[in-house]
Amino acid sequence: MKRRDFLQLSGLGIGAAMLPNIPVMGNNVSYEALLNGSMDVAVKKRLADAALNAAKSKGATYTDIRIGRYLNQFVVTREDKVQNIVNTESYGVGVRVIADGCWGFAAVVDAKSEADTARAAEEAVAIAKANAKLMKEPVSLAPQKGFGEVSWKTPIVKNAFEVPIQEKVDLLLGVNDAAIKNGANYVNSILFLVNEQKYFASSDGSYVDQDVHRTWPIFNVTCIDPKSGKFETRNALSAPMGMGYEYLQTNPKDKITGVTTRYNKGYDMLEDAIAAAQQAKAKLSAKSVEAGKYDLVLDPSHLWLTIHESVGHPLELDRVLGYEANFAGTSFATLDKWQSKNFNYGSKEVTLFADKTQVGSLGAVGWDDEGVKTKKWDLVKDGTLVNYQAIRDQAHIIGEKESHGCCYADSWSSVQFQRMANVSLAPGRTPLSVEEMIKDVKKGIYIIGDGSFSIDQQRYNFQFGGQLYYEIKDGKIGEMLKDVAYQSNTQEFWNSCSKICDDRDYRLGGSFFDGKGQPSQSSAVSHGSSTARFDGVNVINTGRKI
Amino acid sequence: MNLILTEEEAKTLLKKILSYSKADECIVNIVGEQRGNIRYARNEVSTAGGLTNKNIAVTSAFGNKVGTATIDEFDDASLEKVVRRAEELAKLAPENPEYEGLVDPQTYMKANGYFESTASINPDKRATKVAQSLELCRNEKLVGAGFLEDQHGYTAIMNSKGMFAYYASTNVNFSLTVRTEDGKGSGYVAKGYSDFNKLDTAAATRVAMQKAKASASAQAIEPGKYTVILEPTAAAVLLENIFFGMDARSADEGRSFFSKPGGKTKLGEKIVDEAVTFYSDPTHPELPSSPWSGEGLPQQKLKWIDKGVVKNLAYSIYWAKQKGVKPVPFPNNMIMEGGKASLEEMIKSTKRGILVTKLWYIRPVDPQTLLLTGLTRDGTFYIEDGKIKHPIKNLRFNESPIIMLNNLETLGVSERVVSTESNQNYMIPPMKIREFTFSSLSDAV
Repeated sequence: MKRRDFLQLSGLGIGAAMLPNIPVMGNNVSYEALLNGSMDVAVKKRLADAALNAAKSKGATYTDIRIGRYLNQFVVTREDKVQNIVNTESYGVGVRVIADGCWGFAAVVDAKSEADTARAAEEAVAIAKANAKLMKEPVSLAPQKGFGEVSWKTPIVKNAFEVPIQEKVDLLLGVNDAAIKNGANYVNSILFLVNEQKYFASSDGSYVDQDVHRTWPIFNVTCIDPKSGKFETRNALSAPMGMGYEYLQTNPKDKITGVTTRYNKGYDMLEDAIAAAQQAKAKLSAKSVEAGKYDLVLDPSHLWLTIHESVGHPLELDRVLGYEANFAGTSFATLDKWQSKNFNYGSKEVTLFADKTQVGSLGAVGWDDEGVKTKKWDLVKDGTLVNYQAIRDQAHIIGEKESHGCCYADSWSSVQFQRMANVSLAPGRTPLSVEEMIKDVKKGIYIIGDGSFSIDQQRYNFQFGGQLYYEIKDGKIGEMLKDVAYQSNTQEFWNSCSKICDDRDYRLGGSFFDGKGQPSQSSAVSHGSSTARFDGVNVINTGRKI
Repeated sequence: MNLILTEEEAKTLLKKILSYSKADECIVNIVGEQRGNIRYARNEVSTAGGLTNKNIAVTSAFGNKVGTATIDEFDDASLEKVVRRAEELAKLAPENPEYEGLVDPQTYMKANGYFESTASINPDKRATKVAQSLELCRNEKLVGAGFLEDQHGYTAIMNSKGMFAYYASTNVNFSLTVRTEDGKGSGYVAKGYSDFNKLDTAAATRVAMQKAKASASAQAIEPGKYTVILEPTAAAVLLENIFFGMDARSADEGRSFFSKPGGKTKLGEKIVDEAVTFYSDPTHPELPSSPWSGEGLPQQKLKWIDKGVVKNLAYSIYWAKQKGVKPVPFPNNMIMEGGKASLEEMIKSTKRGILVTKLWYIRPVDPQTLLLTGLTRDGTFYIEDGKIKHPIKNLRFNESPIIMLNNLETLGVSERVVSTESNQNYMIPPMKIREFTFSSLSDAV
């Protein structure tokens, strides 16, 4: 489903454009159907073995099969109305093989018999052999030991699919009501819930059963000044999380108070909606920013997206090598820069790491979609570029003997490929609070929440906006600003990072629907950081008169 | 049963599904399609795949309680099951005050969007087209990364008031980025057709190769306001943001570019240069599209902006009723009327300017003014005294397509383009624009 279709489906206009690409959904089912258990693991093993054997007998030298059941529940509301409740289920298998040195992939919907999975395997081999004729360089796959029969589950406290729909509707309508009572003219709110039940088996001898959960509550509040015809919006400061419904249980220890309240592992949606309505109204009369150089203090609710675009994407090895040249682009972080061992990606303060194991993150799994056990590794260490994100057929290119475990497919019907791991900024090692950081800033802007974002195809030049902007003058937070966006260059920006708050302020943000590939696939990924300071960044004024 | 049903087969199936309905109202959508693709990079095929998709969606209503269920099995038991499930979901659903009931039987225009040439593509034909492109890149020692995707299928709809509509279509999209081996030059091409026979991958590949070679060793220029010539691929990604925003409800609610103070809208107002006319037309020979909307409303040949004036905004059935007007569905295609100038003539008449062949990563910055940001990509050239002087480094822009169309100088001939952002196809001409705002330089190639 394209973003535009979804906007129409949910009745959101461009003024409330807050949703990126939504993945293809499965079949609509009853809410109860989402609670049915997944297929017995012994049956899945039988289906998998049928595919593995069929592919081998047709000449495959490697085979993996993913048996997937993907559940979505989206509750969509505006003001006092429920616009849509979407319950979908998608089940099928995807088989990937190497034959004659070339990849082949085939997927079958609703495959419930060994004959079905064997047929998919045979088709995948046929496709591999056909494409091998066009191939010059055979696939080189990093070896991977088999793990036998293993399983993993997102450590959720409360399965969101088990929470009655009425409770979710009441929550969202309550949020909308609170926003309207506090001055909003319009409010849209949505609850996205995802459960991926996926079984992976490969000719390496792994049989991995995983149950992955993700939750994302969001809203968008609009305030209009009828006289001038101007309008302002404020989006939720929530983060999409690899958590269950417990993310919506509020807890004082998960609140970061200050100029506005931000949230860690528990989100108070009602409280945030009240603040959003008041702040959207305040934005109408906020001071338009004067363009120039400012020291930026970036909250984790904002900085995650800058990390995602300027670190996560350029350090994907498939982009570096040119596999995404026709769509997402390549990367400035070329192999020679990494080989030099002295490419300063950022200042000495900056350590950026990839981590597929981080609890609560969107990307956390036990094994990736090609049977590699997940781990944590450094990408930029004390400012220097040290590594990339690589999967099994790329590891040899950077002289490594094993994959990093960041291979993913968004559906049983999509072929798995390299996707971004959770990439995060390590917190500062010296104790530093946000207040202490701001105290030293003479002329700055404090930015909270993510907004407009755009970056070039090699990830040099970018422009980011936010949700809330506050002037910092002589160490004190001053009045609210609007029409703010900053432009910079990745290397220059990360080298201007002068301070990072300590781990007390460390929080996750993330993308629920990150698009990549042709045909486009969606993936969910988190980015953690503490509040960080960047000196002398170029800020532009985005206000225009028509 | 065949995957792609004929109009008569679809009608019979839909009648059967509706015969199971016990709801006050029922509407059924069916779809069947086959997709195939092949992807290559670094002059090698990287992935290839196929997708077969068939689906039935049943929406049942009891009063204004509405439920939708879908299924992809077409046997009788499944047909009845999906109808029962939709009815169960409707009974459980909260009241939807915006449900406006079903559309009466309608008459539709005839649109021919189905080409046997595309429907009969097989993996061999696909591979042959790609091989032609790969061979050219390999021979010239340039590096190609491309994607060829084709689709053929049908959709049909029937409701319990007797409304029935059917449309079959085919589509093929081809895109290619060619880079020089040293990574200093990059060129792009994208072509979209309904008829596979029109796709010439070799000719398209030569365009991308030429741009890759010509764009190598680009020089930096100062950002600022420049006259630009936008090739259709570049213009499309800006203009589609106007199309997406043409919704009456957001305009009436005061939260769109089309809003005016005091709850009014810009309907009837001149917003851009009078040379600008946008219309939709399901029967356009180069860009055929479905002659009906998702609810079964007819798509007409309709002007959205006529000589610079906003003529129509889209009204959902609910919103049209609130406002006492006729519903106007979102169009299924969009055509911008062109002029007569060739790209060469536009370049020739330019004293100092920039030729932009593609734009990338377009994001809205301010919905109030439709201010967008993004960057040039894959071939940007400096024009001086009527000639292309040299390639230039890519630039970031902050510009509104509304301001841009007020600064319109010349239009070329409209051609079918594929949006690199939304993948939608449009008819868009090349255009020359005064004072287009670039705000910074990028080192990206």
